[in-house]
Amino acid sequence: MQADYLDGNALAGPLAEIFAADVSAAVSRCAACGQTGPVASLRVYDRAPGLVARCPGCEEVVLRLVRSPDSAWLDLRGAVTLRIPLRDGTGPGGQR
Amino acid sequence: MTTFTRGFHGRRRGEDDRLPPGQYLAEDFPVLSAGPTPHVPLDRWEFTIDTEAGQTHRWTWQELTALPYEEPVVDIHCVTSWSKLGTTWRGVSLDVLFEDVESTADYALVYSYGGYTTNLPLDDLMDGKAWIAYRYDGEDLTPSHGGPARLLVPHLYFWKSAKWVHGIRLLTEDWPGFWETAGYHNYGDPWREQRYADD
Ligand SMILES: [Zn+2]
Repeated sequence: MQADYLDGNALAGPLAEIFAADVSAAVSRCAACGQTGPVASLRVYDRAPGLVARCPGCEEVVLRLVRSPDSAWLDLRGAVTLRIPLRDGTGPGGQR
Repeated sequence: MTTFTRGFHGRRRGEDDRLPPGQYLAEDFPVLSAGPTPHVPLDRWEFTIDTEAGQTHRWTWQELTALPYEEPVVDIHCVTSWSKLGTTWRGVSLDVLFEDVESTADYALVYSYGGYTTNLPLDDLMDGKAWIAYRYDGEDLTPSHGGPARLLVPHLYFWKSAKWVHGIRLLTEDWPGFWETAGYHNYGDPWREQRYADD
């Protein structure tokens, strides 16, 4: 049977509008079950009024994105963290 | 049983009059879903109404389908801009299910198998405006369209017509549901084009 969802790479374009970094390369931790994995491995339900990205481990919602004509609504309640790879830089603790 | 028809008022209105602003006519019936399709065996299915006082009213599948039903013919309007005219359903009016429910609550939070929720004023479920529907177009409602049973509340955008409906919680304060907490309008009247939160 054909899957009724896409993989998390489907988030790359819609999230690029908001984040400078490529979020599909980020690692998310599921708030429901703790599973950690790349955003690209989330299951994205796009045949809906918004994008709903679910954890491949427990199927709970990790991220939701609704785009209205003048706003993006991003819900990250289902993610404990997003670890976003960045170039060498300075952390909040000071200079390195 | 009661049978009646909505959407047709003697003379059949033109299709243009029946299309809310910003909507187009769909010939097919698009399937929208925010998650995997739940498959609930009928012998374990139940529908509940929980009141603000903590009372629970329950119906098994057999009990629900033994109640008097109606066969509404209604136009439905999805917030993603498709509308479908003259859809035929069979279901139990919420007026029947609320007959013995005592409540002074103003708000309802509808919840589904699979975790979906949507909110609406309790008044919008009463007086012949809403059904628990279990047949569509002469067939049992398929899981992809929300079977075994879905809420049908066609005067609001179709995300309010929760698929795989499990129950209704009556509340004294409004509690926004799945799409209502993510940028969609709290009420969702298609004729006033209430799509997003600020519309
Ligand atoms: Zn999980």
